[in-house]
Amino acid sequence: MSNEDNSDLEISLLLEAVYHKYGYDFRQYSKAHIKRRITNRMVLSGIKEVSQLQSKVLNDATFAFHLLQDLSITVTEMFRDPGFYRSLRENVIPILKTYPFIKLWHAGCSTGEEAYSMAILLKEEGLYDRTTIYATDFNQQALNRAKEGIFSNKTMKDYTYNYQLSGGKEAFSDYYMADSNNVIMNQSLKKNILWANHNLVTDSVFAEVHLILCRNVLIYFDKNLQNKVQNLFYNSLIKGGILCLGSKENLSSTDIFSAYTEVDKKHRIFKKRYE
Amino acid sequence: MIYESIVIGLSSGGLNALKIMFSLLPADFKMPVMIVQHISPRSGNQWIDLLNHKSNMRIKEADEKEKIEPGIAYIAPPNYHLLVEKDKTFSLTVTERVNYARPSIDVLFESAADAYKSKLIGVILTGSNNDGTNGLKRIQECGGLTIVQDPQTAESPYMPASAIAALKPGYILPLEKIIELLIKIDTNKR
Repeated sequence: MSNEDNSDLEISLLLEAVYHKYGYDFRQYSKAHIKRRITNRMVLSGIKEVSQLQSKVLNDATFAFHLLQDLSITVTEMFRDPGFYRSLRENVIPILKTYPFIKLWHAGCSTGEEAYSMAILLKEEGLYDRTTIYATDFNQQALNRAKEGIFSNKTMKDYTYNYQLSGGKEAFSDYYMADSNNVIMNQSLKKNILWANHNLVTDSVFAEVHLILCRNVLIYFDKNLQNKVQNLFYNSLIKGGILCLGSKENLSSTDIFSAYTEVDKKHRIFKKRYE
Repeated sequence: MIYESIVIGLSSGGLNALKIMFSLLPADFKMPVMIVQHISPRSGNQWIDLLNHKSNMRIKEADEKEKIEPGIAYIAPPNYHLLVEKDKTFSLTVTERVNYARPSIDVLFESAADAYKSKLIGVILTGSNNDGTNGLKRIQECGGLTIVQDPQTAESPYMPASAIAALKPGYILPLEKIIELLIKIDTNKR
């Protein structure tokens, strides 16, 4: 076996070690992606060989924490893909309006930008007060930041533009208070969001919901894991429930494709069939 | 040397270069071509339709988990990094920008070098930053063929110049000569 193959083998051993010691399961993640993240960590920490990582991960909790952060992708934005949110307003809100109360699961919410976007949209459509948003992630640090709802001022210009393109009805600045560096989202947006730690890879169904939002999370998973999580989503949705995926994520490659109809093909919005 | 696949990185001036490239590549070009063109995160895919219109080869946006097939040119979608897996399928990610770019040329080149080893051709064309330099170095380390557009002939010379400053590429040529070379390699392979 060449050295190159050895390093792939060492990465899978490392992922086994992380799973057995800490319970986080990255073994069915995209390999090229994981390799890139691990290589970056090695450069940052001055580590030459993958084999050295394993003992460091097992014996150094701080280092393990850093590696887990590296493997958890927290890049997100408010109203990312404005066309998707416009489609939600046009095609999904009328369906949600027929329910007396609404349960929404935002799976993989990271630092919360999309959960706040959803809260704003529901507020403007008059649905927020009868909605509970379960916003979940396995990265506790990201969840803590999401709960705080504090974001850098610098990003707000882009978010405002996204919001306007998404069909926003108010002045975006009404939704937060700003100082010179940061903004804090209004308390009224937080009151119906339940932030909770949930791992899509290792945890199971926890509620029956009307809508699942899970965008740009499944792209990191291999086909088997995608299938498994799609089944978890299927079992968490009510009949007629809505599934929203990322703009490059496909349901068609999974076993469960025929159990849904397409609400908006371009923006990857699906509806669970009644039968 | 038998090459299996081509990766190409472009930034500013890239759209013109791609138009020229696809007007010259023949319909029976066999090697898959994978492309990162720096582009605004909000771009739709009309520009790909436009390119397709004048192209003999089929051009499409790369999809996640898509199997890489011969005779097709794949373009990284806006706002996603494009990676090649060892089983010759694509992965997409929305991790941090690399060299201020997402998609980043380095991310595609480095993962493709891992997947194809010495059977990869890496090409750096016009652009005004240094994305792609590290990736091209990696392709060279893995024994692949490296080609850089002659900076004097590039609409934006900085990106090719950055690559040339960091490594000794296999070829430094004007765009038309690069296409000729690629066609020759592709033909000899058959």
